Amino acid sequence: MSYTPEQQFQHKIDQEIKIEPKDWMPEKYRQTLIRQISQHAHSEVVGMLPEGNWISRAPSLKRKAILLAKVQDEAGHGLYLYSAAETLGITRDEMYHQLHTGKAKYSSIFNYPTLTWADMGAIGWLVDGAAIMNQVPLCRTSYGPYARAMVRVCKEESFHQRQGFEILLVLSQGTDEQKAMCQDAINRWWWPSVMMFGPADEASPHTQQSMQWKIKRFTNDELRQKFVDICAEQVKTLGMTLPDPDLKWNEEKGHYDFGAINWEEFWQVVAGNGPCNKERLATRQKAWNDGAWVRDAATAHAAKKAAKHLHKVA
Amino acid sequence: MQLIKQFFYGDYDAMKVAGNPADAAATPSVATQEWPIWEVFVRSKQGLDHKHVGSLHAADAAMAIENARDVYTRRQEGISIWVVESKYIHATNPDEAESLYEPAADKVYRHPTFYELPIELKHI
Repeated sequence: MSYTPEQQFQHKIDQEIKIEPKDWMPEKYRQTLIRQISQHAHSEVVGMLPEGNWISRAPSLKRKAILLAKVQDEAGHGLYLYSAAETLGITRDEMYHQLHTGKAKYSSIFNYPTLTWADMGAIGWLVDGAAIMNQVPLCRTSYGPYARAMVRVCKEESFHQRQGFEILLVLSQGTDEQKAMCQDAINRWWWPSVMMFGPADEASPHTQQSMQWKIKRFTNDELRQKFVDICAEQVKTLGMTLPDPDLKWNEEKGHYDFGAINWEEFWQVVAGNGPCNKERLATRQKAWNDGAWVRDAATAHAAKKAAKHLHKVA
Repeated sequence: MQLIKQFFYGDYDAMKVAGNPADAAATPSVATQEWPIWEVFVRSKQGLDHKHVGSLHAADAAMAIENARDVYTRRQEGISIWVVESKYIHATNPDEAESLYEPAADKVYRHPTFYELPIELKHI
């Protein structure tokens, strides 16, 4: 009895054997991964922008050095992920093209503005916290290069979340104005962070297939619940509150109940109508266009050096 | 039988050589003038092998090493870096894994545990 390539593929997945770039894979698996990994990479790259906004205005040299290191990590995470996507047969330029033309999506969270220094804390604690919740299971995702990239990302991400919480902790022990700033940042970042896990399971058509292929290990709602449960406890350490009147411990379920998510807002931001969508895209396009002469010059320099070398050998 | 085929790790055309029918999908829609891809190998400490850690784009070897330093060793992960342009990596074809690696499976006598010797025998 012989198996179809699809059956053999699924069999490998079921046995937790990783899929590597040159292995046979269903076209849909390849496309799903290209979409997911490139979106993930774009999110890291665009994710530098809201924080970049505060590098020159960090309250101390220490905070500035930390923020610089964090933003540099995010550039690195983007690069790990772009490389992983490239093993599936898409070029880097094609991915950039998709980002810069608005064809590719990135995490909607980065379309919100960073209004105060406390936002650096809230982003670290909540946004990176939600990202970690998503990313830790991805370390075991079925595609080898993606899983390896995620292991590296997760190792570095934990400092991001801890430094964010520490920023808020310091503010929460400060003056009344600093406390108010802390609470205000939490208020503004909480719901967008809860939305980071994506649409509810019943509105997420790809989830079932992605689970079968073990690209995803948990559903959006499972991860979201975990995130809410953890943050609802952590916020107590700050002496702050989460902006959800319906947030309540449910003894029976062993989880926190939480209020309804404003999906209308979520889809509006996904569709490009968030507070900063246009600004983020314009910044990326400008960086790409302004860097064109550098890319060309480096290529020309390399070609000239190679020609010289050839001449010498001859 | 051709045992060795050339694969450019991450290179699209080379994957077609592997006979994967799925490849038609990602045909680039932009003309690409990318810097070449380099594979990065890092020695984490003196006495250990260089290990593949990932890849990156760079115009030449010097830039590849500089970029590798920034991308792969920000937290003292390495003390030595190798970079190799990906197109120079040759690899075996997974379709031929069976004929390449299966023959070793039935040669258990290559392992020391195959030999049953008296317990009282020491230092062997």
